[in-house]
Amino acid sequence: MSYIPNTDKDRKEIMEVLKIKSPVELYVDVPQSLMVEQLNLPKAKSELEVKRSLSKMAAKNKVYSSIFRGAGAYNHYIPSIVKSVTSKETFVTAYTPYQAEISQGVLQSIFEYQTMICELTGMDASNASVYDGPSAAAEAMNMTRERRRNKVLVSAAAHPMAIEAIETYFFGNGMEMELIPLKDGITDMDALKEMLNKEIAGVYIQHPNYYGLLEDAELAGKLAHEVGAKYVMSINPISGAILKTPREYGADIAIGDGQPLGMPISFGGPYVGFMACTNAMLRKLPGRIAGETVDAEGNRAFVLTLQAREQHIRREKASSNICSNHALMAMVASVYMSAMGPGGMAEAAQQSYSKAHYAAEQIAQIPGFKLRHQGHFFNEFLTDIPCSAEKILAHLDKKDILGGLPVDDGILWAVTEMNSKEEIDALVEALKEVAQQCN
Amino acid sequence: MKNMNHPEHLFYTKSHEWILFTDDTTAKIGITDFAQDELGDLVFINLPEEGDEVEIDQVFADLESVKAVSDIYGPVNGKISAVNEILMDEPELINSDPYGAWFIEVSDITEKMNFLSAAEYIQFCEEEKELGH
Amino acid sequence: MQLIFERSREGRRCALLPTSDVDIKEIPAEFLRAQAPKLPMVSEIDLSRHYTELEKQVHGVNDGFYPLGSCTMKYNPQVNNEMAGLPGFANIHPLQDEASVQGALELLHTTKEYLCEITGMDEMTFQTSAGAHGEFGGVLMIKAYHESRGDHHRKKIMIPDAAHGTNPATATMAGFTVVTIPSDENGHVDLEKLRAEVGPDTAGLMLTNPNTLGLFDPNILEITKIIHDAGGLCYYDGANINPIMGVVRPGDMGFDVIHLNLHKSFSTPHGGGGPGSGPVGCKNILAPFLPKYNVVKEGDKYRFDNSEQSIGMMKGFYGNFLVNVRALSYLMTLGAEGPKQVAENATLNANYMMEKLAHKFDVAYPGICMHEFVVTMNRVKRETGVNALDMAKGMLDYGIHPPTMYFPILVGEALMFEPTETESKETMDEAIEIYLELYDKAYSDPEYLKNAPYNTPIKRPDEVGAARNPKVRYIFPEN
Repeated sequence: MSYIPNTDKDRKEIMEVLKIKSPVELYVDVPQSLMVEQLNLPKAKSELEVKRSLSKMAAKNKVYSSIFRGAGAYNHYIPSIVKSVTSKETFVTAYTPYQAEISQGVLQSIFEYQTMICELTGMDASNASVYDGPSAAAEAMNMTRERRRNKVLVSAAAHPMAIEAIETYFFGNGMEMELIPLKDGITDMDALKEMLNKEIAGVYIQHPNYYGLLEDAELAGKLAHEVGAKYVMSINPISGAILKTPREYGADIAIGDGQPLGMPISFGGPYVGFMACTNAMLRKLPGRIAGETVDAEGNRAFVLTLQAREQHIRREKASSNICSNHALMAMVASVYMSAMGPGGMAEAAQQSYSKAHYAAEQIAQIPGFKLRHQGHFFNEFLTDIPCSAEKILAHLDKKDILGGLPVDDGILWAVTEMNSKEEIDALVEALKEVAQQCN
Repeated sequence: MKNMNHPEHLFYTKSHEWILFTDDTTAKIGITDFAQDELGDLVFINLPEEGDEVEIDQVFADLESVKAVSDIYGPVNGKISAVNEILMDEPELINSDPYGAWFIEVSDITEKMNFLSAAEYIQFCEEEKELGH
Repeated sequence: MQLIFERSREGRRCALLPTSDVDIKEIPAEFLRAQAPKLPMVSEIDLSRHYTELEKQVHGVNDGFYPLGSCTMKYNPQVNNEMAGLPGFANIHPLQDEASVQGALELLHTTKEYLCEITGMDEMTFQTSAGAHGEFGGVLMIKAYHESRGDHHRKKIMIPDAAHGTNPATATMAGFTVVTIPSDENGHVDLEKLRAEVGPDTAGLMLTNPNTLGLFDPNILEITKIIHDAGGLCYYDGANINPIMGVVRPGDMGFDVIHLNLHKSFSTPHGGGGPGSGPVGCKNILAPFLPKYNVVKEGDKYRFDNSEQSIGMMKGFYGNFLVNVRALSYLMTLGAEGPKQVAENATLNANYMMEKLAHKFDVAYPGICMHEFVVTMNRVKRETGVNALDMAKGMLDYGIHPPTMYFPILVGEALMFEPTETESKETMDEAIEIYLELYDKAYSDPEYLKNAPYNTPIKRPDEVGAARNPKVRYIFPEN
C-alpha cells in the first residue's frame, strides 16, 4: 500500500492523455541496464502489521519509571496541552512558510517563539531554531569568525557533543578550536586569560556546565571582550527562567538545547536548538527568521525576513547552508513556555535545583559517594563512586531506576521536578545497598 | 527605456558601476540609476572596510534586495580610503539618489579599466534591455 | 490577530506542578536574574484558542493540494505519528545502556537496510537531521576520504547550475571551491564543460538526478565516470528521489555518497519547516568516514560501531529518532513493491499536469519530466505584466498552495509544480482548471492578479519594509 488514490482506471486515463501504454515509457532517459528488477525487501505490510512490528520493537526498549540521568536530555514535566496543540494536523503537515498570506499561523508562532527566546536569554534577536544544542554551538562559533580571527576557545566543561560538533564543522571551514582547561570542574579563568589574544574569534562557556556547575560567566565575558572576541554562552533553558541571563553576563550570542521545554527525551531527538544574539550580530545569525511587517492594507503581518543571507539566494557565499530548521519543535517550546508561564518555569527550575541539592546531600553521605566538585551546581552533580559504575547502575536498574551517567570515573546525576522525594529516597536507599556490597 | 539619469561627468562600467574622479588617483564609486532600477528596492549593503584593497573585476561589496543578492565589482585598482557607512542604515538612498549614494572612495589608484562614457553606457543598457536580462 | 503576549494577564496561569515535596533551597542571589522573563501569563483555554486560531491561518497538506516543487508534499500517514508516540520510543533516554534500547537500535538498523536497498548504498547513519545537514556530512566525508589518502590538493567540487542552493553553500562550508557546470539546451549537464573543468584538483561532484528542472540526466553514467576517472567522488542529493525509487538506484548510477530527505520522499511531516531527517548513505569505501552513529548487528544484538576515521558528530545523539520511526513505518507499508508504485505514480501525475498546462503555459523544458516540471512566465510577463509571483498569489484564493516560485534560478519567472503520487486525478483536474483560468485572467484582467490575493488572512505583506527595518521580536509596551 502506497497511499496512492489513483485507480487503474485513473491511470489509464492519464496514460491516454500522455499517449503511453505503460509508465515505463516515462523512464526513457534512464539507462536501461540500470532499471531495478525487484527490490530485495520484505513485502508490503498492512497498517495493522506495521503497528505490530513497530510495537514489538518499542517493547524491547526499557522505559524507566524513575530517571536520574541528564547530560543533555532531561526528564521534565510536559503539560498535556503541549502535545494536543502541536499535533494539530495543519501545523504538522505544512511546509516552511514561503507563502506568507497562507502561513500567518506558522509565521506568528515563530515570531512568538523568537520573542520568548529573547526574553529567556535577554538577547535582542533569535532565529526560528536550528537542529539542537550541539549544532547551535557549532553555528554560533561560525558566527564569531572575522577576517583576521579564525580560532575559538571552548570550555572543556562544555557538553562533549557540542565540542565534537564544533570540531566537525571546523573540519569543514578550517577554523581552529582549543579547549580551555578546568579547575575543580569549572573553566579556569587564569588559563583563559593566558590563551586569549587578538586572533581569538570567540569564547564558549556552558552555564550550568556539563558537570552541572555554575561558571564565572561574567568574568569569561569580560576577558573575551578585552581582546575583541565574541562571547558565546550556552544555557539550559529551564535554569534560564531564574538564573542571570546571558545578556546580563555580557554574551554576544546565547544558545542552548530546547529539549527541556516540552520535548520527550525520545532517544535523542527531535529536539530544538535555540540561538539568540545582539542586534549587532543579527545579520550573521543563520537560518530562518520571522519578522513583523504590515500587509497592503496596513494590517499586522509576519514574513520570513532577511532571506538574502540564506543559501537559496547566496548559494556558495552563504555562511550557513541551513534550510529546514525545527519549526514544530520550536512551537513545542513556545506552547510549553506559554503553558508554564514565568511562574511555572521558575517553579520547575527552583524545584529541580532544590531536589538536586536534596539528592546530593543524601547521596554524599553514603560512603564512597563524595561530591567531586566544590562549586555551586544547578540540577546536575558528579559524585565519586565506591565501585564500578556498571555494578551500581545494574543494581538501580533492578529497581527500575535509570541512574546517572558514568563520567570521569564517577557518576553524573541529574534531578528534576519529576523526581519526587519518595523517588529520591528510594534512589538513596538503593545506593546504600550497593555501597555495602562494594566492600 | 524609461527616463534614466546618467550624468555626463561620470564614467561607467558594463557591470553598472559609476566612477567619479576627484583627482587623478582618487575616485568615488557607486551603482547607476539603471542598476538600482533593475535591482528593485534594496534592503541591505555589505561594504568593505577602510584600508582594504580594491581590484578590477573583483567583488568589493554586495547588495541585497528582498529575494536577490548582487555583487559589485571593482573598476580600478587602489586602496579604500572611505566607506559610506550611512548606506548600511539607509540602503534606500541607493534607490532614491544613486549618484549621491557613493559606496566607497578609492585612493592611490594604480590602474583603471576601460570605462564607458555616459552615451556609451546608455547604449549598452538599451542593448541589455533588449536581450531581456 | 493578537499575539500570545497581548492575551497575557498578570496572575493567569495553568495549574501544572505540585508544590515541592522537599524543602526549597535558596539559590545564591549573585546567580539570579534581575527580572523574570516576560513569558505569557495565560490560562489553558486562552492558549488552546490562540493556537486554534493560528492553525486556521495555515495551509497544510491536509487542507488541500500542495504542489510545491522540490518539496515533495505528499500525504503524511497517521499511523507513522502514532508509532512515534509509543512510550517505548518516546520515553527512552539517549544515554541508556545499549542492552536496554535494543528495539531502538533495531529500528535504526532496519531503516538503514530498507534505505540502502532502495538507494544501492552499503551503509547509512542517521545523525544528520535535514537535507542540508546530510549534504554537509556527505561532503565532509569526501573531504576526509581525500585527506586520508594524502590528496590535500583536491579542492574543487563540480556543481551543475540546476542544483539546489544548499549544494554550493554546503561545499563552501566544507572548505571546497565551487565550480559551476552549466546545463546544456536540454537541461542536462553539459558534458564538454564538465570534462574541461575536471582534473587532479577535483574532489568530487554534487548532483541531483532528476535535477531541479525535473529531468533525468541520460548521461548519468558518463558523468559519474568522468568524475571517477579524475579521482573524484560523486555525491547524490537525494531530495528528488521520489520519482526513481524502486526504478533506478543512485548507487548503480555511480554515486558514492548520498543524503535522503525522509521528510520528502519518505512521508515524514514537514512541521512548518522541520524537524526532518537527512540520513547519509555511502558505498563501502566511504563507510569509515560516516558521521556518528552507525548501528551494526552482531548475531541477534545491535550496537553502535564508530570508526576512528568518522568525521564525528554533527549534532547531539543519533539524529531525529522519532522522525526515523515515522519513516520506517512508511517503508514497511511500502515494502518491496511500494517504492516503484510511488515513483511511477508521482511521475505519471507530474507528466499529466504538465501536458494539460502546456495547452497555455510555456513549459521550460518540454518533453518528459520526472516528478516535477517547470513553467516559465517570461512570455506572459512580457505580454501582460503578470509575473510568476502574481500568478502564485492568484492561486492562494482558490485554496491550493502555489508551486515553488523563482526556482530553479536558471529559468526566468519560474513556477515549479510537483503534484506527488498521493494526489488523485480529480484533484489535479480541479487545480489544472484553476491554473488555466488564471492564465486567461492574466490577459483579461492583469490588475486583478497583480493585487491578489483577496480572500487570505492577510493581503500581500511589505517584505521590503520587513528587511530594511527588521522587527524580529515583540516589543512590550512600557509598563
